[in-house]
Amino acid sequence: MSIFEYNGSALIAMVGKNCFAIASDRRFGVQLQTVATDFQKIYRIHDRVFLGLSGLATDAQTLYQRLVFRHKLYQLREERDMKPETFASLVSALLYEKRFGPYFCQPVIAGLGDEDKPFICTMDSIGAKELAKDFVVAGTASESLYGACEAMFKPDMEPEELFEIISQALLSSVDRDCLSGWGGHVYVVTPTEVKERILKGRMD
Amino acid sequence: MECVFGLVGDGFALVVADSSAVHSILVHKSNEDKIMVLDSHKLLGASGEGGDRAQFTEYIQKNVALYQFRNGIPLTTAAAANFTRGELATALRKNPYAVNILLAGYDKDIGPSLYYIDYIASLHKIEKGAFGYGSYFSLAMMDRHYHSGMTVEEAVDLVDKCIMEIRSRLVVAPPNFVIKIVDKDGAREYAWRESIKDTTGAPTS
Repeated sequence: MSIFEYNGSALIAMVGKNCFAIASDRRFGVQLQTVATDFQKIYRIHDRVFLGLSGLATDAQTLYQRLVFRHKLYQLREERDMKPETFASLVSALLYEKRFGPYFCQPVIAGLGDEDKPFICTMDSIGAKELAKDFVVAGTASESLYGACEAMFKPDMEPEELFEIISQALLSSVDRDCLSGWGGHVYVVTPTEVKERILKGRMD
Repeated sequence: MECVFGLVGDGFALVVADSSAVHSILVHKSNEDKIMVLDSHKLLGASGEGGDRAQFTEYIQKNVALYQFRNGIPLTTAAAANFTRGELATALRKNPYAVNILLAGYDKDIGPSLYYIDYIASLHKIEKGAFGYGSYFSLAMMDRHYHSGMTVEEAVDLVDKCIMEIRSRLVVAPPNFVIKIVDKDGAREYAWRESIKDTTGAPTS
């Protein structure tokens, strides 16, 4: 079994009209065994940048701690928050540092940049950035996620509709993957507020 | 095979571990204590490679004590759990410890808590958890009978059910178990569940 499939995860980020949504599943498992059903895979870096980490849970936790450290240092030095594009470059650099002994994670970064323009990107475990205008996916359920998102996505969705679409895409994809699921965690971020919602899907 | 499991109740947390020290097919002793008392209000139940288990848990215990000496106040359970994870994570890509840990503690303003720390340093706060082949049985029993806010009697009853399952269904089931509890009055041994008494001293001839 691949090391990327040791814990299991599903992540999506989608772009809407002056907003974005980022969603993950909630399973924490060790191969075939489910240990917990309330595991956090999406982290808030600051109000306008969210990071989702799929892959090996231990590396996701280590990477998150290192990134929070770097961002806090940036905040102290620059006296402002990092832009999502900058943050994505930071993640990419940190991952490539470990090129020959990598973190087994696939991050998904979503944020609101200048003029509230939504930004999303994903990268592989050694930091190869993949920018997209519509959606990005990661995790063990990624193939299903690509299909579901491609079918359901439309550009310029309002926050409420974006929430519906991303939730349906997530739930239908994780139902086809035994290593992810047990509910969903969705953040819908607009320039004025961050709405966090928990989804109840098939609990198996 | 080593079994460690634990759960959180109303104002307390329980950690249960088997007490066999095994080397391949030989059982060296059946009264090995695998749940270390870290400090007055913390328990560390560990399962895994024998040497790593003893060495790593003692290392954590001494560092938790050092923090208290240096700073005059004890570590919170969450801080101890994160410290333990940090040590495992740092060693992971150099010289990994093959130890799975359940860390239970009681903090005055937070109450009881239980942390699951994998041997590859994945950390998660849980209400019930288990490691080893015994986990297949104990987790299933806990999924059925556990509810939050159990009393000590209910929880020990559930623990006994889990032990009964492990004994009857696991092919190399360990004979003896130790139960330790941590609550506002501290961390202490609660009971042993023995089906084979380990005799010490030379046999009389």
